[in-house]
Amino acid sequence: MATVYYTTDHEYVSVDGDVAAIGITEHAQEALGDIVFVEVPETGKSFAKGDDAAVVESVKAASDVFAPVAGEVVEVNGDLADNPSLVNEDAQGKAWFFKLKLSNKTELDGLMDADAYAKFVEESA
Amino acid sequence: MSSNSSSENGASAAADLLRTPLFDLHVELGAKMVPFAGYDMPVQYPLGVMKEHLWTRDKAGLFDVSHMGQCLLVGASGVAHEIERMVPADIAALKDGRMRYSQLLNDAGGIRDDLMISRIGENDGREWYFLVVNGACKVADFAHIKQSIGPAFELQLLDDQALLALQGPAAVTVLEQMMPGARELAFMSIKLFETKDFGEVWVSRSGYTGEDGFELSVKADRAAALAKALLAHDDVAMIGLGARDSLRLEAGLCLYGHDLDETTSPVEGNLVWSIQKRRREEGGFPGATRIQAELRDGPARRLIGIQPQGRAPAREGAAILNEAGDEIGVVTSGGFGPTVQAPVAMGYVTLAHAKAGTPLQLVVRGKPMPAKVIKLPFVPHNYFRKPKA
Repeated sequence: MATVYYTTDHEYVSVDGDVAAIGITEHAQEALGDIVFVEVPETGKSFAKGDDAAVVESVKAASDVFAPVAGEVVEVNGDLADNPSLVNEDAQGKAWFFKLKLSNKTELDGLMDADAYAKFVEESA
Repeated sequence: MSSNSSSENGASAAADLLRTPLFDLHVELGAKMVPFAGYDMPVQYPLGVMKEHLWTRDKAGLFDVSHMGQCLLVGASGVAHEIERMVPADIAALKDGRMRYSQLLNDAGGIRDDLMISRIGENDGREWYFLVVNGACKVADFAHIKQSIGPAFELQLLDDQALLALQGPAAVTVLEQMMPGARELAFMSIKLFETKDFGEVWVSRSGYTGEDGFELSVKADRAAALAKALLAHDDVAMIGLGARDSLRLEAGLCLYGHDLDETTSPVEGNLVWSIQKRRREEGGFPGATRIQAELRDGPARRLIGIQPQGRAPAREGAAILNEAGDEIGVVTSGGFGPTVQAPVAMGYVTLAHAKAGTPLQLVVRGKPMPAKVIKLPFVPHNYFRKPKA
C-alpha cells in the first residue's frame, strides 16, 4: 500500500517501498486547465531534491515539475506524450509523470500528508 | 510545480484594477479573473480555454472587450486627412459605414498601437469617425491623437460605452433575431441599430477570431442586459481572454505589445495589405521614409507563421535558429492551437528565412526543436463575403 505525500508546489509523491511515483495534484491540474503537452525525464537520470524534472503545459502556460525528493528515474509514463489530457482526467492515478528510486527517504519527512495539503490549498486560495 | 507564465496565475487581488460593466456577470458565471490592461478581466470560464476556443469556431462566442478604447473624431471637414497624418491606411477612400484596420505610427515608422477606424458619416454638418484602440495603449493613444490633431478637430472619448464581440458561424443567426438587418452588414462595415431593450447599439461586422462575427458598442448601463439576452441563446457561450488569444493566433492576427511594438513597422509586421496603394505612393504618414524604403527594398525582418514539428509549444521569447544553428529571430506569440490540435507560433526572422517551407529550429528549454515557416493563417478565415447581386 502506497503512502502519498504532497509538496507546496502541488506535486504528489506516492511512495511504495523504495520507489515513489511523482505527479501533479488534482488541484494543480484544475488550476492549469487543459493540458496540451507533457515532457518526462529520461530513465536513468538522477535528480537532487528541487531539480527541474519534467514539464507540463496548458493552452496558455508552461510549468516546471520539480523532483520533490532526490533519486534516480526508474520508470516514466510514456502515455502522457501522446495523451497529455490524461493529466486532466486522472492526475493522481494514471497520469503519474515518473518514478524515482529514493536516495534519501528522510526527505519525505519534510512533505505534507493529505490533510495538511488540503489545508494548505484552502489557505492559499 | 511552478508556472512560468504570469498570465495564467496572476492574482486579481490588486485593488486598483478597473472593472468593465460586465464584471458582475463574469463573477456570476464563474470566470477566473486576471489583471489585463489595467482591468480585472475573465481569462476563462468553467468551460475552459480549449472548449471555449472550439465552441467559438463551431457556434458563437461572446467576448467582453470593454477594456478597449473607444472614441469619436469629429470635425467640419478634412477629418480623414487628419487621421491620415497618423496612420498609413487610405482613410479618405472610406465610404459611410465602412471601416479599416490600421496602425498609429511613431516618427520612426514603428507601431504605437493598432486600431480600427470607421467612417460613421456626416451629421450636424460635421464628419464623424469612430476609432477603437487597444486597452493597454488607450491613455497614451488618446493623448497622442489629441496632440496630433489641429484645433478644428475634436476627440470625444466614449468612456460610457461597453464593447462586446459575438464571434463564430452562429453569430449572424443569433444577432439577426435581436437586431433584424444585422445579417445584411458586409464584412468591415458598421451600422447603428436602435433597439427597444438596449438603446442605440453600434454594430460592426468585424472581430479578432478569424470567424464571421460582430462587435457591439453599447451604453455601459445596457451592456449586461445585452450580454444576457445573447447568452440566452443555446448557441452562445461566454468566452475568456485565454481562448481569445488562441483564436486570434490561429487566425494569424497580431497582438499589440507582442507581435507588434514601437520598433516594428507595418511592413515588418506583414501588414502591407493594410496600406493602400495611394498611401504607399504618396506617403504623408509618420515614418514614411522608412516604410517606403522597406516596401521598395524589403524589410530586414518579417513576421512569419511557424509550425513546430513536435507537440511542444514554443512560447513568446523562444529563439529562432536556422538549420545551421545561427540565431535569426524570435518567437513573439506561441501556444497550442485547439482547432489545429498542434502547437502554433508567430515570430520575426531575417527576410532570407521568411519564405513558406523554410526549415527552422526553435529553442525550447535550451533544446533546439525542428519547425518550419508556414503561410498564415493556421485556420482559414471564415469572414462573411456578400454574394454579388
